[in-house]
Amino acid sequence: MTAGDDIAAMETLAIRSDQDVVRVRQLVRTLAVSVKLSLVDQTKLVTAASELARNTLVYGGGGTVAAGRVDNGRRSGIRIVFSDQGPGIPDLDLALTDGYTTGGGLGLGLSGARRLVDEFDIDTAVGQGTTISVIKWCR
Amino acid sequence: MERVPVLKIGDILLVSIQIDMEDQTALQLQEDLADRIVETGCHGVIIDISALDIVDSFVGRTLATIASISRVLDAETVVVGMRPAVAITLVELGLSLPGIRTALNVELGMALLARERDFEFKDIDDDEDDADEAVVAAS
Ligand SMILES: Nc1ncnc2c1ncn2[C@@H]1O[C@H](COP(=O)(O)OP(=O)(O)O)[C@@H](O)[C@H]1O
Ligand SMILES: [Mg+2]
Repeated sequence: MTAGDDIAAMETLAIRSDQDVVRVRQLVRTLAVSVKLSLVDQTKLVTAASELARNTLVYGGGGTVAAGRVDNGRRSGIRIVFSDQGPGIPDLDLALTDGYTTGGGLGLGLSGARRLVDEFDIDTAVGQGTTISVIKWCR
Repeated sequence: MERVPVLKIGDILLVSIQIDMEDQTALQLQEDLADRIVETGCHGVIIDISALDIVDSFVGRTLATIASISRVLDAETVVVGMRPAVAITLVELGLSLPGIRTALNVELGMALLARERDFEFKDIDDDEDDADEAVVAAS
């Protein structure tokens, strides 16, 4: 994400239940198709979104997602922002390590999601919450 | 919450996942399958995921857990029909699903289960000669 990127209107959803995580996947799939991401890239983006939405629910205690088309003059893509006001992530490097989990998961959600997208930014503060922004660009 | 049906076909349990599962639905399937294995005495489980457009770490872990549970209950699980884009994404996510048998479709999955069961019986019956095993392996 750079200053020159043009962001179209973002759609937002609350993430408060398992069902909302399913809705996030469906929203992201629709957007990914609309900018004509390749099938593999659609699959990668929806999978990353599923991981991050579940983290927002399980660790962030719920939150919101905003997603929409982004253009940088050369390419279009999809940007998705997950926000929660949960406990935050005390050690980001550790949380981004494959296999690290505090919740009995596989510990692949954060690290895997980062590999599956083109841009991945985390803003987190202990006691205040976590915001994760990702972009997948069309090739 | 929707529920994924478990069908008994001959001596095999067939699960065809046709919906975008909430996490709770995946956990319910895990329980239902364990119950059905015990109830039916089936030795083979086929899980058809050809309708799934993504497999994230939660569903991936559920599949691995189902495979482990069935093994403890003397049943072998084969996951069939994974889409190519899903396979590519899973590997990049960091999930290689070790311990899960896979086949390209239901038919090949059934053949795999039949062959394994056959070998198991042959192991008990030691005077079977090698030529016969070779024929089975090639078929
Ligand atoms: N939104 C969040 N708020 C607080 N902690 C988080 C958040 N997302 C991830 N984490 C922390 O990072 C760890 C790793 O997350 P992840 O890679 O998705 O693995 P898993 O979900 O299997 O635990 C989590 O166990 C949790 O401690
Ligand atoms: Mg996670």
